[in-house]
Amino acid sequence: MKVFMLGWEFPPYISGGLGTACYGLTKAMDELGIEVTFVLPKSSTSHLAGHVNIPSDQRCAFKNVRFLMISSTLRPYAQVAAVPASRELGCSATQQTNAPANIGPGQIDDPNNYGGDIYSDVRGYTDKAVRIAATEQFDVIHAHDWMTYPAGEAVSRQSYKPLIVHVHSTEFDRSGEHVNQQVYDIEQQGMYAAAKVIAVSNLTKNTILKHYDIPSEKVEVVHNAAEHSGNESQHIPLDEADKIVLFLGRITMQKGPEYFLAAAKKVLEEINNVKFIMAGNGDMMHRTIELAARMGIGHKVLFTGFLRGEDVDRAYQMADLYVMPSVSEPFGIAPLEAMNRNVPVLISKQSGVAEIVSHALKVDFWDINEMANKMIAVLKRPPLQKTLSRNGFNEANKFNWEDSAMKVKKIYEEVIAKAQSEEK
Amino acid sequence: MASVCFYFQVHQPQRLRHYTVFDRGTNYFDDHKNAEVCIKVANKCYLPANRLMLELIEKYKGRFKISYSLTGVLLEQLELYAPEVLTTFKQLAATGCVEFLAETYYHSLSLLYSRDEFIEQIKAHKQIIRRLFGQTPRVFRNTELIYNNSLPVIIDQIGGFDAIITEGADHILGYRNANFVYRPTSSAGLKLLLKNYRLSDDIAFRFSNRDWSEWPLRADKFAGWINQINGNGYVCNLFMDYETFGEHQWQDTGIFDFLRRLPEEILRYPDNDFKTPSEVIKAYSAVGTIDVPHTISWADIERDLSAWRGNPMQENALTELYRLEDKVKQTGDLDIIADWRKLQTSDHFYYMCTKYFADGDVHKYFNHYDSPYDAYINFMNVLDNLNYRCSKIPAQPEVESSHTAHQQMAVV
Repeated sequence: MKVFMLGWEFPPYISGGLGTACYGLTKAMDELGIEVTFVLPKSSTSHLAGHVNIPSDQRCAFKNVRFLMISSTLRPYAQVAAVPASRELGCSATQQTNAPANIGPGQIDDPNNYGGDIYSDVRGYTDKAVRIAATEQFDVIHAHDWMTYPAGEAVSRQSYKPLIVHVHSTEFDRSGEHVNQQVYDIEQQGMYAAAKVIAVSNLTKNTILKHYDIPSEKVEVVHNAAEHSGNESQHIPLDEADKIVLFLGRITMQKGPEYFLAAAKKVLEEINNVKFIMAGNGDMMHRTIELAARMGIGHKVLFTGFLRGEDVDRAYQMADLYVMPSVSEPFGIAPLEAMNRNVPVLISKQSGVAEIVSHALKVDFWDINEMANKMIAVLKRPPLQKTLSRNGFNEANKFNWEDSAMKVKKIYEEVIAKAQSEEK
Repeated sequence: MASVCFYFQVHQPQRLRHYTVFDRGTNYFDDHKNAEVCIKVANKCYLPANRLMLELIEKYKGRFKISYSLTGVLLEQLELYAPEVLTTFKQLAATGCVEFLAETYYHSLSLLYSRDEFIEQIKAHKQIIRRLFGQTPRVFRNTELIYNNSLPVIIDQIGGFDAIITEGADHILGYRNANFVYRPTSSAGLKLLLKNYRLSDDIAFRFSNRDWSEWPLRADKFAGWINQINGNGYVCNLFMDYETFGEHQWQDTGIFDFLRRLPEEILRYPDNDFKTPSEVIKAYSAVGTIDVPHTISWADIERDLSAWRGNPMQENALTELYRLEDKVKQTGDLDIIADWRKLQTSDHFYYMCTKYFADGDVHKYFNHYDSPYDAYINFMNVLDNLNYRCSKIPAQPEVESSHTAHQQMAVV
């Protein structure tokens, strides 16, 4: 079985959970012996992200996966500031095609909330992908998120091979009710054209059914997982006096930073020896810093910017509680990572990960009172912290990418069998 | 001769309302929810089951006998929300075929934390049973059938008891079986009745399980199993939650029909009869002693305390609760004392159990919280407020000596 896979993020060049998910899933597929040709945009202008600690040379460790790089500037999310990456990928399997257009970091503050001229990037990626596909052998096409759907459709038309689109997030998650019509149309078109749609949670499946007019039987749920460390992590406090509540993720509307601050303020009315760390950046970062100051809790909320590698580990080690107050989170891998590191987690019920974890505190993102109530309980009561940390660690260890890859493999087999029977 | 000894546990906790760290109110209990559950269970279980028991007692003219343990917290709620249930229990008491057992009024774990509180709650429970049903209990059952060697010593000290009921756990019996009367190693005067958990659980847990090889269980088959005890025991102790009838096993499973037919099938064998616990211990002498150095209960596979004290949250909640005992009692404030006691009901700690949480099993069925963590957070917020209320009231001069002087019991 050969897969032509279309993605736009892969570690270490990632800005969100998408790259992490693609890495975890592909690695597990590699171990299952599934042959994959993975087409990625050349990530020279992508943001170097660190919150998943995977060295770039790990890409060479794949046995059955080949990476093909297209020069383009696909970036899924708006950034406050782009950091040019200094490292080039040194894998022998990596090929490069010519860049059609190179958009610099100066053009990122696009009013439509996406970096650069996203549509021409998508067109460029599509053209190159189709050209590559013409010389490749494969049985199925697997496209991750909307920017690769047009390429997936085009390759499917050209090759007569079935398309699977993998929905890691939808326009409704990213933009709330203010959807970008063009992006929505691309998403819907991709889902229509696909033989199967993979959703990362039941929550996302429901969004797809509700907003994209796709029949339920066409959508399969394959939950994400997280890499585990295998060992219990140590808790290393920042200082003796203060407890730490950690927010780690992009600071955007979707992630609910203002709910985090509102709860923080309530917590500080009850207990003083606590600090709130907001790690990450995003288009709401400046506004969030200002908001914290206006609320009079600026001295208690620390903004670290984007963390990478060891800094992420350090943040988890000092955290007494990890909070993900997302307004809409299709899955949410970070809470699993926190649980893997023995950090208690408080997650919004509006997240895919909330469907699969039991040993986590859960709250509606808008319920500030309850969010603060639960934060205080963890900070004030060591037995709660201990029980959550221990059970959470054990639970997170049960989720693995192999199970997800097995499910995806089954979907491939179904789709391929169906395509072959239709050919006859 | 096999005597069937039925004992039904009847209990509903006073569930807490949602109480955050920001709440300041002193009404901790979810009256609405408690009324709702009480009325629901009354209609599905207590009323139909009581009426059926009355019918059977009348039909078999004194040959069908049963016993109950009704907790104080349940009786208070029945008086408020379902007085009709109380009336039918009084009618059952009047038949002379029903024995009422003693337990801790608040269905508490006080045996493990405070001897004084434990004794006070047993006395209070005896009192309410006497007041409502005109009987003075002589057989004791502890919350969740929790038992160890220290229990008979205290029960002896209180006096007026002939026997204790507990779980027939394999490891305390060894090669012996639960179908005899035993004695505790730690008391000469008391006897022990042990639950036959296989036959009890056939009714309580497996009755409607279609994957069970014996499904469907009919009264004649079950009576056959009881009859097999003849020759290797005198008594079959069938102890279970009363809610088995109509609530855990729904009416459409045929559980009431099973119960209706059971006396006839059992009495079909001339050697068999029904006895109450007090009759059992009068009829049969003890065949041996039972040593229980490590605490047992009737819960889960483990038959231990892990459902209530299995994680750090539960340990902490219980320790903090009983740490308040002196402070609470010294206020002399009856509301505060009553609230503190209602917080002792074992269910509050059961809700915090994380053992099988992720598997969504029986523990979840009985839990109105979304998670054991929510249960702990809520309980501790309430406890903090109770503590705060105590602090606002200056300590009263010695109310009763037994209230203030107490020791933590050492429990293995």
